[in-house]
Amino acid sequence: MPKKETSVSEMEKMLEKLRNMTEAQDEEFSDQISKLEKMIDSRKEIEFSNLTPWETVQIARHHQRPVFADYITLVFTDFIELHGDRRFADDRGLIGGFARIDGAPVMLIGHNKGKNVSENVERNFGMAKPEGYRKALRLMKLAEKYNVPIISFIDTPGAFPGLEAEERGQAEAIARNLVEMAQIKVPIICVVSGEGGSGGALGIGVGDSILMLSHSIYSVISPEGCASIIWRDGAMAEKAAEALKITAGPLKELGIVDEIIEEPTGGAHNDYAAISRSVQKILIKYLKKYKGYSESKIIKQRFEKYSKIGVFNK
Amino acid sequence: MAWFSKSKKRTENRSADIWIKCPRCGNHIFREDWHNNLNVCPKCNYHSKITSYERIGLILDSGTFEELNISIYPADPLKFTDAKESYAVKVENTRKKTGLNEAIVTGTGKINGLKVVVAVMDFRFMGGSLGSGTGEKILLASNYSYEKKIPLIIFSASGGARMHEGILSLMQMAKTCAGISRLDERKVPFISVLTDPTTGGVSASFATVGDINIAEPGAVIGFAGRRVIENTIKQKLPDDFQTSEYLLEHGFVDLIANRSSMKNTLYQVLSFYNR
Repeated sequence: MPKKETSVSEMEKMLEKLRNMTEAQDEEFSDQISKLEKMIDSRKEIEFSNLTPWETVQIARHHQRPVFADYITLVFTDFIELHGDRRFADDRGLIGGFARIDGAPVMLIGHNKGKNVSENVERNFGMAKPEGYRKALRLMKLAEKYNVPIISFIDTPGAFPGLEAEERGQAEAIARNLVEMAQIKVPIICVVSGEGGSGGALGIGVGDSILMLSHSIYSVISPEGCASIIWRDGAMAEKAAEALKITAGPLKELGIVDEIIEEPTGGAHNDYAAISRSVQKILIKYLKKYKGYSESKIIKQRFEKYSKIGVFNK
Repeated sequence: MAWFSKSKKRTENRSADIWIKCPRCGNHIFREDWHNNLNVCPKCNYHSKITSYERIGLILDSGTFEELNISIYPADPLKFTDAKESYAVKVENTRKKTGLNEAIVTGTGKINGLKVVVAVMDFRFMGGSLGSGTGEKILLASNYSYEKKIPLIIFSASGGARMHEGILSLMQMAKTCAGISRLDERKVPFISVLTDPTTGGVSASFATVGDINIAEPGAVIGFAGRRVIENTIKQKLPDDFQTSEYLLEHGFVDLIANRSSMKNTLYQVLSFYNR
């Protein structure tokens, strides 16, 4: 938990104590309470509008941060999960299926982080294996066949770095998705909702629009990994988080992120209903934007979008 | 005293710079023999790294190479600085030291008379890492193939994405694959040659999605680093893990070809292209 959150939560604890002391509904006390409430709100506002990248990393990884399963129930209706890659297995770290948003059909895919130990063990902490990426591709091809737009939710520490993942071609599974997603003939909208961890994120992250929650991160390597390679010291992660430009603001400036979805004060975990409303609203807006695009226009624009990414000298 | 002076002479000849110690088998090989054998250990067939231009010399008919987009070189979009120096300074030093502008050399040429587009990574340039300039050159090479319908061959030698360029380097994976994805539409061949090492973001993009994937013997090819995996699973990995031979066994490369026969292998494969 970031320091700023701790200081605010300490104030909140004080407030709670004060409330408990005033069961008698003393008027003087309730006046003080509402003053303290206002103070906390404005303090939150100031402190969370100015998070360091490292503090943002902590919020993006917060154990109470809404996960894909929360958005599925709060933003969409009629979700029907579709299992398996038809090759090897059903990956629980990356799931997907049809759903509706505002009545309109979509194909949802997303990393499936959990919020407690048993969920995370079952879902491998949202770290997908090759069968996860292959399932995602199968579902995207299905969406293309049924002419349904694709929405992907990105929230993973990275693709699973394990022996069996390598054995079954983790690299090829991700690479195949990058190639195929460039040619999928329906709109693809990506939402970075938590941790955008490197190739594991990009494996379902090639789209026509990339949206990002304001306290989420998206990076070529984890700050810890970068620190241990570049500074040979994992403790330099805070510095790496800053240097890598992994937060929503700089990523929008670099032209990678199309729009930032503002989170409630303190982070999405403080108000599931509010963040879900914002996510829903923006997704409806973007789905409208691509409605009526021809297949060739979608493909052409996506190619041009990715062709332009990069900064170099000539 | 003849035996004495003779012995002295031989000692001089053994000075370090005429020997190469094979990093794999540890045998000492005459430098000249090593080079004559295309930087491949004559004892254990270890294929050591070679430069882009050396490789182009081995693959293309002599005098046919025409380089494309030679002037592209890295910028420093993040103003990234590591413990020692800024990325901009690192790039300048690397350019001076290697004579290269980027981690890849691209161009056109002929293999036994057959016209091809080649893109050859060079590990000396920041570990062959995939940066914006690298990605741009690969995209432009694939666009050239697409427009002129000429087969594309990419030789990979890379540790992965170039983290000094942050998210922009990650996005080069998508950019290069977008270029590759168009070749199918026009039925243009794309051959990927994986050399030591091909890991991380390069293995997870263009390098593993060739119509045909060819590997040099003994190359390290894989997504996650060996140490990272060992830390994750708390086990020691087998010695041949993430090698060309391991990938062949698991179905991710079509064939393994020695450096000395690579040109003919490429020619053979492309000779089946019947359009």
